[in-house]
Amino acid sequence: MTDSTISSRSPETSSPKPEYLLGNVAATEGALAAGCRFFAGYPITPSSEIMHLMAVRLRELEDGVFIQMEDEIASISALIGAAWAGKKSMTATSGPGLSLMMEGLGYAAMTETPCVLVDIQRAGPSTGQATHVGSGDVLQVRHGSHGDYMPVAFSPWSVQEMFDLTIKAFNWAERLRVPAFLLADEAVGHLRESAVLKKDVETWDRPRPQGPIEEVTPFGTAEPDGVPPMPHFGEGANLLVTGSTHDPRGFRKVDDPDIQDTLVNRLTAKVLSKRDEIVETESYFLDDAKVAVVAYGFTARSALAAVKACRKEGKAVGLLRLKTLWPFADKEVAKLSAHVRSIVFPEMNLGQLAGVARQHAQCDVVSLPQTNGRVISPGRIRGTIAKVWD
Amino acid sequence: MARALDKYLRKGLSGTTFCPGCGHGILLGSLLRAVDELGLDIHKTLFVSGIGCAAWIPSPHINADTLHTVHGRAVAYATGAKMANPELTTIVVSGDGDLASIGGNHLIHAARRGIDLTVICANNEIYGMTGGQTAPTTPIDAHTMTDPEGNQYRPFDLAALVLAAGADYVARWPVTRARALTESIKRAISTHGFSFVEALSPCPTQFGRRNQFDSIPALYDDLDAHCVERGTSEAAPATNGPRFEIGEFSRSDLFANGSAEQK
Ligand SMILES: Cc1ncc(C[n+]2csc(CCOP(=O)(O)OP(=O)(O)O)c2C)c(N)n1
Ligand code: SF4
Ligand SMILES: [Mg+2]
Repeated sequence: MTDSTISSRSPETSSPKPEYLLGNVAATEGALAAGCRFFAGYPITPSSEIMHLMAVRLRELEDGVFIQMEDEIASISALIGAAWAGKKSMTATSGPGLSLMMEGLGYAAMTETPCVLVDIQRAGPSTGQATHVGSGDVLQVRHGSHGDYMPVAFSPWSVQEMFDLTIKAFNWAERLRVPAFLLADEAVGHLRESAVLKKDVETWDRPRPQGPIEEVTPFGTAEPDGVPPMPHFGEGANLLVTGSTHDPRGFRKVDDPDIQDTLVNRLTAKVLSKRDEIVETESYFLDDAKVAVVAYGFTARSALAAVKACRKEGKAVGLLRLKTLWPFADKEVAKLSAHVRSIVFPEMNLGQLAGVARQHAQCDVVSLPQTNGRVISPGRIRGTIAKVWD
Repeated sequence: MARALDKYLRKGLSGTTFCPGCGHGILLGSLLRAVDELGLDIHKTLFVSGIGCAAWIPSPHINADTLHTVHGRAVAYATGAKMANPELTTIVVSGDGDLASIGGNHLIHAARRGIDLTVICANNEIYGMTGGQTAPTTPIDAHTMTDPEGNQYRPFDLAALVLAAGADYVARWPVTRARALTESIKRAISTHGFSFVEALSPCPTQFGRRNQFDSIPALYDDLDAHCVERGTSEAAPATNGPRFEIGEFSRSDLFANGSAEQK
C-alpha cells in the first residue's frame, strides 16, 4: 500500500532556453520545479539569495508559504511541521546555521519526515570566513546529529546541477521519507553560468496511505528496509509523531530493545536499499588511468582541468567525480582503486571524505586538503599528481 | 475524568504516566472539556508538545493528530504546521521549562507574529521530568535539585512576558479553578491570533517534596491561597511566598503603573 507516486509537472517557473544565472537562483528554481511550497529560513551568507528569491516566488504561488523564522532551530522545526501538514518543504543555510539544525535533523530522520536542506558551505569552523568557500560540513551532515541515521546528500559542480540536484534531493527526500541535502559550496552557489531550467521534470511524492486511514502504520513496514506511508495532519489518522522510539503506529516504546533495534536499522536500511540508484558518479579518462583524482563540488572543476593538463603531458590520469556524497560511493571507489596505483583526493577541508575513501580503497589515497577559504587551483592538484606519479 | 470525555482519549492506553496528585492530569481534563464544549472537529485539530511531563498531556493521550517534538521547539513546529495548513486548529501544550527556558525565544516570536496558535503552558515552577531542577519560573527561595539552598533568581511572570511580546489573548489560572481554566482555554482557542494560557499545575513529586509540603492537598491549598483573582475583592495572602494574579490579561494592563502604552 505504500508505493511512492511519480508524476510530471510543467512548472510555470521554468523555461527551455539556456539562461545565465546564479547557482543559488538555480537551486531555488529547482526546488520550485520539484514542488517545494514551503520555505522557512534565517539569513546567512552565502545562502541568502535562495531565501530572497523564495520570499518572492512562493508568495506568488497560491499554495506557497514563506516564513522568516527567529533562528535556524526554528527554521528546521517549522519545516518539519509543514511537511506533516502536507507541504514539500525546504530551508537554506550555511555552516553556523547547519550546526543549529542538528537536533532537528535527527528528529526528521527519526520521524521519517521528508524535507530538503540546502547548505551553501563557507569556510569554518565557527563564523570562520563568512564570504569564502569551504567544504567543511561534509561529515557533519552524515554524523552531526546524535545516534545513527543516513541522509541523502548531493554535491553540485555547476549551476545546472544546482537546479538538477535540488530536484533529486526533493525526490529522494519524498521517496524515502528522509532529510536530504543539497550540499553545495560557496563557489558553486555564487557561480554565474548558463543553465537550462527544464520544463518537464520528474517529481516524486511521499508514499501515501491507500487503505482505511485507521489501519495505517506510518512508522513501520513489514520489510526491514521499507518506507511506510505518510498521512498528513487533518486527515483523520490520529497521528502520533514523536522523536522518541516508537512502534509502527507511533506509540512511544522507550524501553523495548527490539523496537529500538528494528527502527534504527530500518532508518538506514531503507536508504541503503536504494543506494545504487542514489549514488551517482561521473568518470573522465579513467579507462587506462594509472592515477585517479576523486573530487566533488567546485573542486571537481579544478580537478578536471588538472587531469586534462596531465593528459597533455602524456600522463594517464583520470577523474572520478562524486555527485552523491551520502550514501558514499564506496563500491565505485573500491572498483577504481583496484585499477589505479594511487588516488589523489583534493577537498576544501582537512580530508573529510578522503578518510572515508581510504576505508574502501585498496590503493593509496593521498589527501590534498585546503582550508584557506579559496578554491583549490588546478596547479595544486597537478603538483600532487606529479608527486605520486614519480 | 468524566465519561463523556472518554471519546477523546486514545484507545489502548493503560492510564497516564503522571504521578499521583500531578496537576497535569487536571489540565488534560480542562483541555478536553474545552474541546468538547466548543464542539471542535478533533480531526482538524493538531496538538503539539515539546519534551517534559507536560508534553505528555496531549501525546499520546488525545486521540487526534499529535506532534511530540524536541525540547523547547514545539511552538516553532506548530508555526510551520499552521502556516502550511491554516485549517488546522493548532494547540501547543508544554511545560514551563520547555516553553519559557529552552523555548523562550520561539514563544515570544510566535506571540509577536500573532499567528493563530493557542499555547497552553503547564507551569509547575520546576523541571519535573528530569528530577526537580530550577526552572525560569521557580520562585525565589524555593528549593530545587540545583538550588538546594533556595533559588536566588527572579522567576518570569509568563503571562506578562507573552502579553508584552504581543499576544492577542492571555490568561492565567491554577488547575484548582478548573471551570475558569476551561473557559479561558475555550476563549484562547476561539481567539483568532496568538493566545496563551498559563495553567499553574502543581508537581508534588519534584516541587512538593523538596518544599516541605507533606501532603498533596497541602500543596494544592497553598497554591490556591497564593492566587488572587483580578477584579475581585479576593484578599491577598497573608503568608509569604509567591503571589499569582490570576484571570484574563489585556495589553493595557501592562502599562497600568503609569507608563503610557506604546502605539
Ligand atoms: C535539548 C534537550 N535538553 C535537555 C533535555 C532534558 N529534559 C527533558 S524534559 C526537561 C525539562 C522539562 O521541564 P518542563 O518543560 O517544565 O516540564 P515538566 O516535566 O516540569 O512538566 C529537560 C531539561 C532534553 N530532552 N533535550
Ligand atoms: S514529576 Fe511532577 S510534573 Fe512530572 S508527572 Fe510527576 S508530579 Fe507531574
Ligand atoms: Mg515544569
